[in-house]
Amino acid sequence: MTLEANSHTLPTLDGRAGSLRPFLEWLARRAEPLAITLFAIFVGLALFSLFIALIGRSPIQLFELIFAGGFGTWFSVQNSLSRAAPLLLTALCVALPARLGLVVIGAEGAVVLGGVAGAAIALPLVGDAPAPLVWLIMALAGMLVGAVWLGFAGFLRHYRGVNETIASLLLAYIAIAFMNHLIEGPLRDPASLNKPSTAPLPPDYMLGSIPGMDVHWGLVVGVVACILSWVLIEATSFGFAARIAGGNVRAAQIQGLPVGRLIVGFTALAGAFGGLAGMIEVAAVQGSANASLAAGYGYTGILVAFLARHNPLAIIPVAVLLGGIDASGGLIQRRMGLPDATVLVLQGTLFVVILFCETFYGRFKMFNPDLWKRSA
Amino acid sequence: MTKLLHASHAISRRAFLQSSAAGAAVASLAPGLLLSPAAAQSVLTVGFIYVGPKDDYGYNQAHAEGAAAIKALAGVTVVEEENVPEAIDVQKTMESMINLDGATLVFPTSFGYFDPHMLEMAKKYPDIQFRHCGGLWQEGKHPGNTGSYFGYIGQGQYLNGIAAGYATKSKKIGFVAAKPIPQVLQNINSFLLGARSVDPAITCQVIFTGEWSLAVKEAEATNALVDQGADVITCHVDSPKVVVETGADRGAFICGYHANQSPLAPEKYLTGAEWAWGNVYTDFVKKAQAGEKLGNFVRGGLKEGFVKMSPLGPAVAEEARKKFEATLAEIMAGGFSVFKGSIKDNKGKVVVAEGQSFAEDAIELESMDYLVEGVVGSTA
Repeated sequence: MTLEANSHTLPTLDGRAGSLRPFLEWLARRAEPLAITLFAIFVGLALFSLFIALIGRSPIQLFELIFAGGFGTWFSVQNSLSRAAPLLLTALCVALPARLGLVVIGAEGAVVLGGVAGAAIALPLVGDAPAPLVWLIMALAGMLVGAVWLGFAGFLRHYRGVNETIASLLLAYIAIAFMNHLIEGPLRDPASLNKPSTAPLPPDYMLGSIPGMDVHWGLVVGVVACILSWVLIEATSFGFAARIAGGNVRAAQIQGLPVGRLIVGFTALAGAFGGLAGMIEVAAVQGSANASLAAGYGYTGILVAFLARHNPLAIIPVAVLLGGIDASGGLIQRRMGLPDATVLVLQGTLFVVILFCETFYGRFKMFNPDLWKRSA
Repeated sequence: MTKLLHASHAISRRAFLQSSAAGAAVASLAPGLLLSPAAAQSVLTVGFIYVGPKDDYGYNQAHAEGAAAIKALAGVTVVEEENVPEAIDVQKTMESMINLDGATLVFPTSFGYFDPHMLEMAKKYPDIQFRHCGGLWQEGKHPGNTGSYFGYIGQGQYLNGIAAGYATKSKKIGFVAAKPIPQVLQNINSFLLGARSVDPAITCQVIFTGEWSLAVKEAEATNALVDQGADVITCHVDSPKVVVETGADRGAFICGYHANQSPLAPEKYLTGAEWAWGNVYTDFVKKAQAGEKLGNFVRGGLKEGFVKMSPLGPAVAEEARKKFEATLAEIMAGGFSVFKGSIKDNKGKVVVAEGQSFAEDAIELESMDYLVEGVVGSTA
C-alpha cells in the first residue's frame, strides 16, 4: 500500500530527489510478483477457510494447527525443513525446463532412477573408499542417470516433436517399473524378503544431519542448487539464451541461438537435480534403493515450482512453506480428526488461485515504472 | 466426498474422548508448548500411522478398525495419521506424535516403516515403545523398545479357497497379487490348495500388478482373469475395493482379504480372510496400562485371534458351509498344516517332500519363492 502512495507522489519526488527514482523503479518491479503471490495466498486461504467452515469446523483452529505443526516449535521447524529438503531439488526439476517454456512433470522418474543408480554404484565401493568419495560418486551417478532420463524427454521434444509433458510423465511410469525390475531382480539383496531392496549402506556411509539440527544434508544441497540455478538463469549468457527461447522460440532461432542444445541441456540439468534428490533419499534417509523411493516428491515439486513461478530463489521459501503445511497435516488429522485430503484441498486451492492470479501481471500501474513517466 | 463424510462420522464418535485433549492443545498454543497436560498424566496416548487411507476397505482399514477398538478403552487417547509415505515423513510423524501429542506407544503399521524409519526413531526415543506390523524384529539385532506383531493369514486364504472350490463352475479361480514376495506367494498357494481340497482339477490364474496400490492395473487384472474364465476372484493388494467391485460387476464370486468387503458386493461375497487387529492392540494397550513389559515378537493365526473370517455370504451352499466349518474347527483345534507333502511347484519340482509338513509358523514358509502346481503364473 505504501508503494501505491509512493507512485502517486512520484512526480514531486522526482523533482526533489531524482536519485530515489531508480530505487523505487527497482522496488516496484520486484514487488509485483511478491504482492500478487501474497494476495493469491491470502485469497486461497480465505476460500479454504470457507470450505472448512462449510463442513462445520473452525478455520481458526486449523490455521493455529498449521502454524504450530509447521513452524510453532523448534521441532516443528526441523520437521518442515526435513520435508522441504527433497522438494527443493524436485521443484528445480520442473522450474528449469519451465524457463524454456517446457512443462516437464516427470521428476519422479529421475528421482527413483537416481536413487537406484546411487545405491548400485555405492555397493562395490563401500568399505574400500572413504565415505565422502562414495557420496560424490553416488551423486554423480544419480545425476548422470537423471540427466539422461529427462534429457531424453527434451531430445524427443526438440528432434521428434513429442510433447514433453506427456513424454516425461510416461517416462516416470517406465522408470518406476524399471526400478522395480532392478530391485526385485539383479540388484536385490537376498535378505530383503518381503520388501525387495538393494543391500543397505553401512551406517558410516549414511549422510548425517546438519550439525545443531535434526535435518539431513539434503537441505543444504537443495539450497545451494537453488542458488546456483538462479545464477545460471539470471547471470549467465546460457541462462539469458534460455529465457529468450522460453519467451519466443522463433525469435531465438532467428537470433541463431542453439535452441536444441538449450532444450536438451536444461531438461538434462533438471533430470540431474531429480537424480540427485533420489541419491540423497538413499544416502540420507532410506539407506537402500526400494519402492519407497517413489514417495511422490517429484509430483509435489510441480506444485512448488509453479507456486514459485519457476524462480529458483523463490523455490526455497515455497518449499519450506509446503513442507510446513505437510508437517502440520498430521497434526490436523490428529487434533481435528480431519482426513489427510484436507491438506491436499488446501494445496490445490492455493495452486488454482495462484495460477488464476497470473493474469494480474502487468495490470497494475504502481508496479510498472514505464507508466509512471507517461502520467508524469 | 465420501472420505469427508466418513471422517465427520468418526469425529462425532471420538468427540468425547478427544475434546479435552484438543482443548488443552489449543489453550497451550500461545506459549508455544503443545504437549497436552491432560495427556501427560494418566492417559496412555497411542499413535497409529497408516500408509494409505484408513477407509480403503483393506490393509489400512483393518488397522484403523483395530485402533477404533482401543478408543473404547478407558484412559486411552488414540492419535492417527493416514497416507504417510515410507520416507522421512514417517520418521517425522512418529516424532511429532511423541513430541506434540505425548504418545508413548506407537504403531507404525506399514511393512516399509520398519527399516530404517522406526529403528531410527527407537534409537532416538528409548523410553517410547514401538511395535511394528510385519514380523521383522530379531532378538539382539533390534532395540528392546521395538517389536513386531503379525498374523498367519495363509490359513484364512485356505478357507477362502474352500469356499471358492465349491462356488466355481469353470474350475478356474483367479488371484490379483501385488508382488511375488513370500507373504503373497503363501496366500496364493494356500488359496489354490484350499480349492483343490474340494476338487483337485481346479486351477488358479495369478496376475501380479507390481505395486501395493495401483487401481488401474488391479481393474485390468480382474477383467483379464474373468475374461479367461475365472469365476471366483480374490486378491492380495493393499485395497481390495477395486478388485471386489470389478469382479462382482463381471459376475464373479469374491473372496475378501484384509478387511470385510461384503458391503461392496453383498450377493457375490463368499467369505474373506480378515485381520483382527483389535484383539492384538487391546492386548498391547492393557499390558502398557498395567505397566507390564510388552511382547517383542507377537504372532498368531485364526486360533490366537489375530485373524478372523468374514461371515459366509448368501451364495455359499450348504455343502460348502459344512466343509468350511469343519476345516475352521480343525484349524482352531491347533496343529493344522496347509503345506503337507508331497507338493510340487508349477514347474514340476518337489518343494514339500512326502511326509513333510509345515505348520503355519514354520520358518521354511517365510522364504517361499514358488507357486504350487495348479497355479498358472510366474514369480519372475
